[in-house]
Amino acid sequence: MEKLIYLDNAATTQMSKEVLNEMLPFFRQTYSNPSAVYSFAGESKKAVDHARKQAAELIGANIEEIYFTGGGSESDNWALKAAAEAYCSKGKHIITSKIEHHAILHTCEYLERRGYEVTYLDVDEYGKISFEELKTAIRPDTILISIMMANNEIGTIEPIAEIGKIAHENGVLFHTDAVQAYGHIPIHVNDMGIDMLSASGHKFNGPKGTGILYIRKGIKISSFIHGGAQERNRRAGTSNVPGIVGFGKAAQIAGESMKERTEDEIRLREHLIERVLAEIPYVKLNGHRTDRLPNNINFCFRFIEGESLLILLDQLGVCASSGSACTSGALDPSHVLLAIGLPHEIAHGSLRITLSEENTLEEIDFVADELKKIVERLRNMSPVYEDFVRSQK
Amino acid sequence: MYSEKVMDHFNNPRNVGEIENPSGVGTVGNVKCGDIMRMYFDIDKQGVIRDVKFKTFGCGAAVATSSMATELVKGKTVQEALTVTNKAVMEALDGLPPVKVHCSLLAEEAIHAALWDYAQKNGIVIQGLEEPVDDIAEKAKDEEY
Repeated sequence: MEKLIYLDNAATTQMSKEVLNEMLPFFRQTYSNPSAVYSFAGESKKAVDHARKQAAELIGANIEEIYFTGGGSESDNWALKAAAEAYCSKGKHIITSKIEHHAILHTCEYLERRGYEVTYLDVDEYGKISFEELKTAIRPDTILISIMMANNEIGTIEPIAEIGKIAHENGVLFHTDAVQAYGHIPIHVNDMGIDMLSASGHKFNGPKGTGILYIRKGIKISSFIHGGAQERNRRAGTSNVPGIVGFGKAAQIAGESMKERTEDEIRLREHLIERVLAEIPYVKLNGHRTDRLPNNINFCFRFIEGESLLILLDQLGVCASSGSACTSGALDPSHVLLAIGLPHEIAHGSLRITLSEENTLEEIDFVADELKKIVERLRNMSPVYEDFVRSQK
Repeated sequence: MYSEKVMDHFNNPRNVGEIENPSGVGTVGNVKCGDIMRMYFDIDKQGVIRDVKFKTFGCGAAVATSSMATELVKGKTVQEALTVTNKAVMEALDGLPPVKVHCSLLAEEAIHAALWDYAQKNGIVIQGLEEPVDDIAEKAKDEEY
């Protein structure tokens, strides 16, 4: 295989050298447990505090509102389960959307089995929720609204500030799964009315197994992992110091480089979208045309199936995905593509490409050229295409 | 994920295409599960399958199983073609991942569907061949778009 062309940055990103260098001393040199009393522990504690500041600054939060976790899924589980428990005397109704990540959807299903009621909001053809539907769904016993900031498959960015406003006008807690958004688009928890926010380190060139849950001061949700007094008594377990340091550094770099980096990504994104839409027939861009993550591209190629497409791309050294990587192995097409109204046969032909600043125009042109050939090859062996061509005659 | 043989048949599928005025043609699978196979048979007067072509919409395993199935039935009599079961196709491909076993079942059904069409057209009975159940026209009616 020639050079790897990595276009699956929504699945995970390469950790940056700067982040790695920042982490390395905390494995062997400064390995102390930050909770200990001796001064050797002070260095670890200082590093964790610094990382917390870096993580907070990226979203305009206060330092004491950031809680380090083991990743985005843990943060989502914590936010939903702990809020459900804490506010159950007010009610047992939760509102979310049909296009959330499984970390939210499966947690909601878990809560349903424990007596909670969940409303799953529809989305329009671009993947956006409707304010009217949200307002109608709110009831006196609604305790939580959880809507993702940006979708992991189709990249659509939800109108978070408006949702936050509606939540607060109705006295309902608002959580957002910002795993795909944190470090990629500007976030301000106060301006957006966010009460809780989940993020994951490895989605923005930080280390895997690290995440945060932002919890607005005054929100009384309890601990999810019980044990020691780490994270202000709210998340037990010896602090993952190297991981936390890496998260913080990655957050700092993501903030500093965001404007320039995302401008580059958008330029590549638009180039590929324009080429594919112009040069390949019967293709649809999924997600919103402009309100989308800078690095996200998602197409459906009619009459062909996504896995075949991925295997042929893989043979050229191109890493991409079809739907969410988490759902590969399942036979059903992505729940997100079905929620935006695509029929099964079209949803099966989806391709997600998620860029990084490392990608080049040459790589993108190579992928566009090869996609043309691959799509034509697969269509030539597709009975669905054969039927379509006959019906056109 | 896939064996070398599966990858070989996916990359270089044998017998892709159509046959004009085939002796039998069968289409199985449905768009909902994401796999559709169509097989065309050219069968001579002695009941020997002289030529086979296929088209498949589906994953790597679906393409590979259809390709292998066409190889296995080519030159066989319609009666012998019934020995090309999903197991035979899987074994010939050195196995499939568990989630892809249904692709080999689909290949077997595609053979049966093409044979059934041939039997119907010629008013003959092929011992042991039952009417294929997996009909996309039927399934398509159930789809709610």
